[in-house]
Amino acid sequence: MNGLTFDIAHLLAGSLVLISFMMLYQDRLFALINVFALHAVVLALSVAWQAYIQDAHHLYITAAIALVFKAIVIPVGLHRIIQRLGIHRDIETAVGIGPTMLAGIGLVTLSMVLMLRVTPEADPLAREDLAFALSIILLGLLVMVTRRNAVSQVVGFMSLENGLVLAATGAKGMPLVVEISVAFSILIAFIVIGVFLFRIRERFDSVDIGALDDYRGERR
Amino acid sequence: MISQLAVQGAQMLVVLLLAPLLIGFVRKVKARLVRRQGPSVIQPYRDLVRLMRKEVVLADNASWLFRVTPYLIFAATWVAAALVPTFATGLEFSWTADLIVIVALLGSARFFQALAGMDVGTSFGGIGASREVMIASLAEPAMLLIVFSLALVAGATQLSTVAAFMGSPEVGLRVSLGMSLIALVMVAIAENARIPVDNPATHLELTMVHEAMILEYSGRHLAMIELATFLKLLLYMSLIACVFLPWGLYGASAGPKALAVGAAAYLCKLAVLAIVLAVFETAVAKMRVFRVPDFLGAALMLALLGTLLLFVSRSL
Amino acid sequence: MNSTVALLLCGPAAFLASAIMAAAASRLAAATRLVYGATLAISAVLLVTAASHLAGNLGEASATLPLGLPWTGARFRLDGLSAFFLVVVNFGGTITSLYGLGYGRHESQPHRVLPFYPAFLAGMNLVVLANDAFSFLLSWEFMSLASWALVMAHHRDEANRRAGYIYLVMASFGTMALLLAFGLLAGPAGTYAFDAMRTAHPDRFAAGAVLVLMLLGAGSKAGLVPLHAWLPLAHPAAPSHVSALMSGIMTKVAIYGFIRVVFDLLGEPAWWSGVAVLLIGGVTAVLGILHALMEKDLKRLLAYSTIENIGVIFASLGLALAFKANAMPSAAALAFTAALFHVLNHSFFKSLLFFGAGAVLSATGERDMEKLGGLIHRLPVTSFVFLIGCVSISALPPFNGFASEWLVFQAILRSPELPQWGLKVIVPAVGGMLALSAALAAACFVKTFGITFLGRARSAAVERAHEVDRWSLAAMAVLAAFCLLAGILPGFVIDSLSTVTLPLVGERMPVQMAQPWLSIVPIAESRSSYNGLLVLVFITVSASLAAFFIHRFASHALRRGIAWGCGFPDAVPAAQYTAVSFAQPIRRVFGGFAFRSRETVDMPAPGALEPARLKVEMHDVAWEVFYQPITGAIDFATERLNHLQFLTIRRYLTLVFLYLVILLLVLALWP
Repeated sequence: MNGLTFDIAHLLAGSLVLISFMMLYQDRLFALINVFALHAVVLALSVAWQAYIQDAHHLYITAAIALVFKAIVIPVGLHRIIQRLGIHRDIETAVGIGPTMLAGIGLVTLSMVLMLRVTPEADPLAREDLAFALSIILLGLLVMVTRRNAVSQVVGFMSLENGLVLAATGAKGMPLVVEISVAFSILIAFIVIGVFLFRIRERFDSVDIGALDDYRGERR
Repeated sequence: MISQLAVQGAQMLVVLLLAPLLIGFVRKVKARLVRRQGPSVIQPYRDLVRLMRKEVVLADNASWLFRVTPYLIFAATWVAAALVPTFATGLEFSWTADLIVIVALLGSARFFQALAGMDVGTSFGGIGASREVMIASLAEPAMLLIVFSLALVAGATQLSTVAAFMGSPEVGLRVSLGMSLIALVMVAIAENARIPVDNPATHLELTMVHEAMILEYSGRHLAMIELATFLKLLLYMSLIACVFLPWGLYGASAGPKALAVGAAAYLCKLAVLAIVLAVFETAVAKMRVFRVPDFLGAALMLALLGTLLLFVSRSL
Repeated sequence: MNSTVALLLCGPAAFLASAIMAAAASRLAAATRLVYGATLAISAVLLVTAASHLAGNLGEASATLPLGLPWTGARFRLDGLSAFFLVVVNFGGTITSLYGLGYGRHESQPHRVLPFYPAFLAGMNLVVLANDAFSFLLSWEFMSLASWALVMAHHRDEANRRAGYIYLVMASFGTMALLLAFGLLAGPAGTYAFDAMRTAHPDRFAAGAVLVLMLLGAGSKAGLVPLHAWLPLAHPAAPSHVSALMSGIMTKVAIYGFIRVVFDLLGEPAWWSGVAVLLIGGVTAVLGILHALMEKDLKRLLAYSTIENIGVIFASLGLALAFKANAMPSAAALAFTAALFHVLNHSFFKSLLFFGAGAVLSATGERDMEKLGGLIHRLPVTSFVFLIGCVSISALPPFNGFASEWLVFQAILRSPELPQWGLKVIVPAVGGMLALSAALAAACFVKTFGITFLGRARSAAVERAHEVDRWSLAAMAVLAAFCLLAGILPGFVIDSLSTVTLPLVGERMPVQMAQPWLSIVPIAESRSSYNGLLVLVFITVSASLAAFFIHRFASHALRRGIAWGCGFPDAVPAAQYTAVSFAQPIRRVFGGFAFRSRETVDMPAPGALEPARLKVEMHDVAWEVFYQPITGAIDFATERLNHLQFLTIRRYLTLVFLYLVILLLVLALWP
């Protein structure tokens, strides 16, 4: 395997981290969902590239799933939900963009250092890919933590799952079943959370999860 | 030695003569994109000549600093632009200043420009200067971090060495370089006062930054400052071209054919970058001044991330 | 006894003699001129002696005087490091005395300044020469007390008294930390001589404790965050030339103390000590300059900017420690040289800027920038040299501030070769912080020069201002010239520093003066090089070319008119941009986390006649988190102990008796 194929795989994984950062930077819901769609497209590309270089045809299916569901179906669905809820003009970050990005950098550094330290004997680029995957997972968690709105928490959760898929495809010989199950579990989670959104909406007339704190009497 | 000196001299003249043309080209493309006829591409030359012929109107309390500044700004920007490889590497005086010095030279130009904006004591000058230093206080560290990334990849801050290294096949596609490129483009947009950070065509009080600082200038002084602004755009485009599109650069001892290739390649790169800039500026809207820190903060973070990635993965 | 050391020791003695003379004669009319003339001569002699020692690479020399503790005597030693710092101290002393010859005449109470000024110089010289812990601490305390007396020179001002009190408390705290550090270094044998400490190697725990104590002791004197809060109060309170000495020189003596202990006496450093120093340095640089940006008092702004520069120096020293710990001597030499070069540069431009602030103060009677403006028309020479100081401190080429910061950045670029993960992650972050602080420094000094010297006069005091006396102008011009010289001939400074770096980090930077065209090449020419001289020449030539071209071909017509104001009649000068409004965009960007700043707009209802109000609330986090709890605790304790002063004699006797019994009990129960 020559350097260029590795380089492209590496670049795609790196762009995923970059797009995760773009998600941290967005403060409008529509923009956030568009960036998430881009995230999914790049993930699909990355998985397809892995399928090509590992000569593992079943991975193409995973790529197709990522492309169809995560890049098209779910974003369109979320767009609809937002319009139905009438919250498309909300600006909603619980923490400012600057500190969030700083925290993101800290997390990426942490995952790099951690991954490079615990896997000293593995292939260098695979190690970095693993580190990228871990950073995408952590950044997804960060999106979930720093957002007030349930919709953007869903997006954060799905970008986290993208990180999982990236890690799974990076490792050779992962069976297809696992990926399909992961993808479907995400779809189910999406539906559940979608339903949940409407429940919150009905109860509290808002999708700001701060409303739940009010209900529990924990609001300061 | 002689040929290198000739290349260096040619470079100084080329950047000076090409800079207004580049601006004219960008303006023309922007006009065509919105289906206007637009002024001719050589209009900036005519503007400069017209400004030279006009009398200077100085405010009553303008000091000597106000009158010296245009020449200082022009000189600093010209020296900086002359040290960035355009069509050839191996400039005779490239060892005078590395990339950090070039950034700092542009910083000096800005320092004096902001001071000149405050000299007359109008609110316009103050608002422009205070916003300009705010933008610079984020753009400069971002630029320095980009320099760090490049230096780590190429093992040098010397721009000729960096350009030569980036042109060699041992550079693969690297994630950190991609981050640096995006950050560099963002910094270049902010430094050149282009949309979405600032609008070079506006004279509306609330949105001006660069134009507010130079509002009191007229005649030959304004011509110098405008020319320096043109040079700065050319400088950043040449920088992006020589680091990230390093193909066709004329080497130190290659023949005249290579020289022609280098010149043609340089013009093509500039044209491509100018069209990209025009399309980008037409497609986006100017942002509020207090969104600019977020924009530049993102550039700073990207540059820092790129540097960190390189630092951490260097030991592999 | 070596003759050079003897000569150098005569200096402090002569300073002390002139201090006594000054105390006796301070009410005479000629006293000012006599005292400053004497200190000028003494400092100049010491400067030449130390500089020739440094340039001649004469190695070390030591001397022991039968003073101090009876069984040790007072030891003194001259090596490369102390020679370099003697140059810094005595150059500052010479130039400040020159300035004082003119500035001192405006002093309303010369008897409160003149006796302490030579004593302060003597103290700083002795600290740098001391070769045992006892004389070091004694000189250090002497230096602190003399400068404290100078801070209290204008003690009728309530703010100055408060500054003096806080300074005294912090100075004692610093000395206590140093005392403990030397106690640890002396070990169980109690060897107070530096020579003995150098050969004894403390264990890892003790070495770490010494590093922390030195950061507390020397760092509080130098102004490291979070121990900086006293510095912007105390430095500006003194007369301006003393402010220059305190900010430009005394902080450097504190850095000398840190280098002497951590690089020389402590032996091989641990790698994490580099991390600690780097981080503290980076944070100090950013917070210092942010505070300076928010400031509107000219001298306090300069004091805050000192904190920033101290941060840069410490960050560079931290890099040197990290390289030294990892056996990379050439990189360590680069970082260490950068730190020392910045020490020298900062002593140049900070003295220059404080002199300029003093000139403004004596010409207008104002330190508040909001009441100044337009001084470039009234004080043409002062404003020109002040501008050079501003350009130098903003790290712009071809002046000296840029040369040293460029070296720091080159040292940072060597650090990917470091093996530890912690360092790999910290160093680029600190590099980002230093770049940020350099850009903010440029913003800060645009503000300083723009508000103070440009625009229109904001008060009547400015209209009456006249250029200051020739002595002051000469001192400032010399400093401005040195700022330029050190910027265009950095190779000369770097080569002179080789005798300092070689014994301390085991390597020196490559010889620079042999490079063609006098450029500096820290590692290799293909890697990085900088030539300040050529940059200056190029800028001059292109500016002259442009000017020539314009004058040859363009229109010469020039008309004066009123400034463009959008059709509104000329606004009053008070409506210009002020220092606070200039800093507003930056306060909005960084204020949230640096100062927890908050803006509240109080907008009256439409039709109401009261003015709208904008209130800005800012907090000094270090002050609130560190100082207030400590001062609160001390106040509480003293309040309680105060009751002891109002007891009856019987109770006092009871107390003494109880104490005796407790001591006896302890003795009896001690195993």
